[in-house]
Amino acid sequence: MSELYQQAIKDLAAKGSERLAVPDASSTLDNPLCGDKVTLDVTTADGRIVALGHVTKGCLLCKAAATVAAEQAPGLPVAQAAALADQVRAMLKGGDAPALAGLEPFLAVRPHKSRHDCVLLPFKALAKALASF
Amino acid sequence: MTQSIRSIIPVLARAGFHYLDNAAMAQTPGLVVEAVASHDRTARANIRRGVHEMARRADAAYDAARQSVAAFLSAQADEVVFTGGCTLALNLAAAALAEGLGPGDRVVVSAAEHHSNLLPWLMLAKRKGFAVAVLPVGPDGRLDLADLSMIDGRCKVVAVTHASNVTGAVSDIPRLAEAAHGAGAVLVVDGAQMVPHGPVDPRALGADLYAFAGHKAYGPTGVGVLWGRKEILADLPPVTWGGGMVAALDDDGIEFLEAPHRFEAGTPPVAQAVGLAAALDWMGRLDWAEIRAEEMELTARLLAGLAEIPGVRVVGPTDLAARVPVVSFTVAGCHPHDLSHVLAERGVAVRGGAHCARRLMTALGLDEGCVRASLAPYNDRSDIDALLAGLAEAIQVLG
Repeated sequence: MSELYQQAIKDLAAKGSERLAVPDASSTLDNPLCGDKVTLDVTTADGRIVALGHVTKGCLLCKAAATVAAEQAPGLPVAQAAALADQVRAMLKGGDAPALAGLEPFLAVRPHKSRHDCVLLPFKALAKALASF
Repeated sequence: MTQSIRSIIPVLARAGFHYLDNAAMAQTPGLVVEAVASHDRTARANIRRGVHEMARRADAAYDAARQSVAAFLSAQADEVVFTGGCTLALNLAAAALAEGLGPGDRVVVSAAEHHSNLLPWLMLAKRKGFAVAVLPVGPDGRLDLADLSMIDGRCKVVAVTHASNVTGAVSDIPRLAEAAHGAGAVLVVDGAQMVPHGPVDPRALGADLYAFAGHKAYGPTGVGVLWGRKEILADLPPVTWGGGMVAALDDDGIEFLEAPHRFEAGTPPVAQAVGLAAALDWMGRLDWAEIRAEEMELTARLLAGLAEIPGVRVVGPTDLAARVPVVSFTVAGCHPHDLSHVLAERGVAVRGGAHCARRLMTALGLDEGCVRASLAPYNDRSDIDALLAGLAEAIQVLG
């Protein structure tokens, strides 16, 4: 049994997503080392995330993290969603997990520094998309 | 042969450890570790002009290291420039050659190049105004040399890899040399992946400049070599400046030392050069015909095993002709990073990703990169079998 590739991670990664038809903001980020690439759209209203769509090409960790972002970011204040990247980074470095459902399976990534960027990429893409707000 | 080599590589004594990431960094024999440590214990001083005993020892050790590299390359010592690595050697070659290039000139690289032999040219082209053209690769990653018309009178430099760090394909350097020299161009060869598989004679190959790294050739990190034909080096300007490379300096101007010293400004990697020399001397004592036969037997075993796993696509040649034992592959539905991670959990060290060869990834349609297994003379059947068994398990874990 792999310590990283728990069923929860695989289930999250298996969930598909699509770009949003009329986004308020978009971003694309890639990881040049491994080729992971996230293209992400958001819509907002009244200072909160309404919807998040994405197309993610990458490893299971990256895809799973993108699913968590897509499922959990809607409803969050824009500033709180934009701060998730820093909070997830801190979590991976051993700090507390942010108050966001679905992140528990990623605690197993903590000892694997070379994989932190895989998890972070969708959250960094989200922060980038929200930077214009 | 494999077992006798394996026995002198300390890290390979670890049970259940299968190191197949040699194209990134080879493991090093204990004698190399000891050569570096011994130098620092008994001859640690800066080189050139010191008169005390330690300085004399350091000078002698550094000169002897250069001689060892020269012997490995069937070259002369003053054709050997020590650098901080292969990347720096290739950057030195590019920067020095680019001093003589400008608008209207062309540099030809290949689509198989490691970024170390691609980015310097692309960046310098922006600064100097010359063009960069790219030799294509075929579906198996081998250089497609059917049309060499881009190596014409405008072409001043051809810069290609000797062996691909992704596919293991060995380039036809003599043919490229013929084309380059026919057009009056200089041939730069990236030997990073070739040198670990036996002594090379760059002059006989037709290369004008030839670069390789210490850490891939069983030596220390932080040292590399740029070999150059004496007449080529004599015409190239230095591109870094500092101590140890000036013959005269006054109000009338600066006169640089002859090659190789003019290219080694500042304190060079002395202990690392000594370690590299120990590694190359050791390599020089091995029977490379026997090792190559063993490497190809293992490569064949790996290729045959991969062919039996559903969903596997070998990236690069699937035969043994003109190749080094570097084999890359993808598995349908499994990301290379995930595969590499699960393999690592089973003690098999491979590398997944784009391997600093984005252009090749694009040419071969590998958006997500590939997994690379790269062999060295100390690998044996157990390593190949562990990889194949681990791969089957990884596919199950990730499926």
